[in-house]
Amino acid sequence: MSVLVYIENTDGSVKKNVIEAVSYAIAYGTAVGKPVVGVSIGNVTDEELKKAGTAGLSKVIKIDGYDYNNHQIASSVLADIANSQGSSTVIMSSSNQGKGAAPRLAVKLGAGITTDVIDAPSSTAPVVVKKKGFSGKAILNVALSNDKNVITVAVNSFGVKESATDCSIESGSSTATDTTLAHVSFEKDTSKLSLTDAELVVSAGRGLKGAENWGMVDELAEALGAATACSKPVADIGWRPHHEHVGQTGIAISPNLYIAIGISGAIQHLAGVSSSKTIVVINTDPEAPFFKAADYGIIGDAFEVVPKLVAAVKAAKA
Amino acid sequence: MKILVCISSVPDTTTKITFTENNTKFNASGVQFVINPNDEFGLTKALILKETNPGSTVTVIHVGPVTNEPIIRKSLAIGADDAIRIDTDAIDAVQVANEIAAYVKANPFDLIITGKESIDYNGSIVPHMLGELLGVASVSPCIGLNINGTTAEMVAVVDGGKENVTSNLPVIVGGQKGLVDEKELRIPNMRGIMQARSKPLNVVPASGASASQSVNSYESPAAKSACTMIDANNVEELVNLLQNEAKVI
Repeated sequence: MSVLVYIENTDGSVKKNVIEAVSYAIAYGTAVGKPVVGVSIGNVTDEELKKAGTAGLSKVIKIDGYDYNNHQIASSVLADIANSQGSSTVIMSSSNQGKGAAPRLAVKLGAGITTDVIDAPSSTAPVVVKKKGFSGKAILNVALSNDKNVITVAVNSFGVKESATDCSIESGSSTATDTTLAHVSFEKDTSKLSLTDAELVVSAGRGLKGAENWGMVDELAEALGAATACSKPVADIGWRPHHEHVGQTGIAISPNLYIAIGISGAIQHLAGVSSSKTIVVINTDPEAPFFKAADYGIIGDAFEVVPKLVAAVKAAKA
Repeated sequence: MKILVCISSVPDTTTKITFTENNTKFNASGVQFVINPNDEFGLTKALILKETNPGSTVTVIHVGPVTNEPIIRKSLAIGADDAIRIDTDAIDAVQVANEIAAYVKANPFDLIITGKESIDYNGSIVPHMLGELLGVASVSPCIGLNINGTTAEMVAVVDGGKENVTSNLPVIVGGQKGLVDEKELRIPNMRGIMQARSKPLNVVPASGASASQSVNSYESPAAKSACTMIDANNVEELVNLLQNEAKVI
């Protein structure tokens, strides 16, 4: 009758968003008075899986030999284990893997589903949880009407709750197959740091005046160990690649620090970044709407401020 | 090739989101509703595929009440051949996916395009749930689609990169920006708007699928406290605040 949590890996590594999902599952298990068991699919070392113990998980069932990016396989394996364990709740991260597997799993289990959840249940009969909605412009309190539920946990919202526990790894097996989709090739993201994983993000907009001026943005990101992002107009003009576009129609992020350089802060941009923990805005226009959503602001020309900031960050980190 | 494009009605991206009735309802007063932007990329892709695959048809489907018909007519004006409206005011994505699946089981399509998510409830549920309900492959978020005979060649956004995948038709695709370029997006012209008036819009009764969640109440995200302004000649102070006050670097 345990709560299951999907310990997904990306190319063999268990990332912070997964440990955050484990923290959520432990809190959920406590709320409903049930133990929590992890499930891993694909080739990943025991040592890597034991990272789940840092958030209080004591057991992971490991199913080797599958492509972790196959949602049909992942949902089949999770359904088999949920059925054999009598689990009524399966929790996973709102990553691409989680969001791919969760809807299929809900159908296989005859379960309800809710995604992008940010807080432990405020009530358990029925289960009521808080989730993100309207691209970050609202928080919804939703009641789940089904006895069985699949829940995905928003990235960088609930947070990792450290609780060191010895995590045992057990081998399991599955007969899951998928004949519908052929996985031909994988193109690894070549940027040093993935935007969705990044805790620090440096982003720039039209205020930079041209693609050739991004050197200082890269330098600041490098000095901080941050990922780079951009506003929609900049991606549309072609100054930066589309996968860097953050906002309502790009990707939504919630890093610990978001530095916006030369971005005015249109409502569509804010929708994708407003849940960042700390926001710094650098803009020549004191009336830029972004200052209203910022924690720290500098009114000034990016071409003067950013190089100084790079030097100051390097000096502080030295 | 029979192509089905699923469209959702969402508040325009510039909408300020507010609530009424003691924060239990979304305040739709004065709000302009539009075709979900992720679905618009899918609709344009469908129209391009129709042109390169002679004999193809593009049907749009919407699950919602009669008041949402303007977005359906707009889809017809952009170039879809006909439209289906499943007549129910759906409560969640599970209900929407089950209603569409029930219709498609009785009226099969070769290619079904949805958005990767709607920009209001952001569930990301419909494309993969449709795949499971119909027993076919689903690729979402998808940023590349090519039809080669009876095979779909797709580019999926996955954690850590992108993946090239193929499937026999039928297949479900969850589109977003990249499926077509923003500058390729089709908009209605006067001829299209005139033609749309006489294109078939069939209203179909709901199959009675149920939702799995309901919204008890809405909240606005916590407002930021006032922005601390720092002099442009004193960036060291910003670094100091980020290190010692915000503790983020």
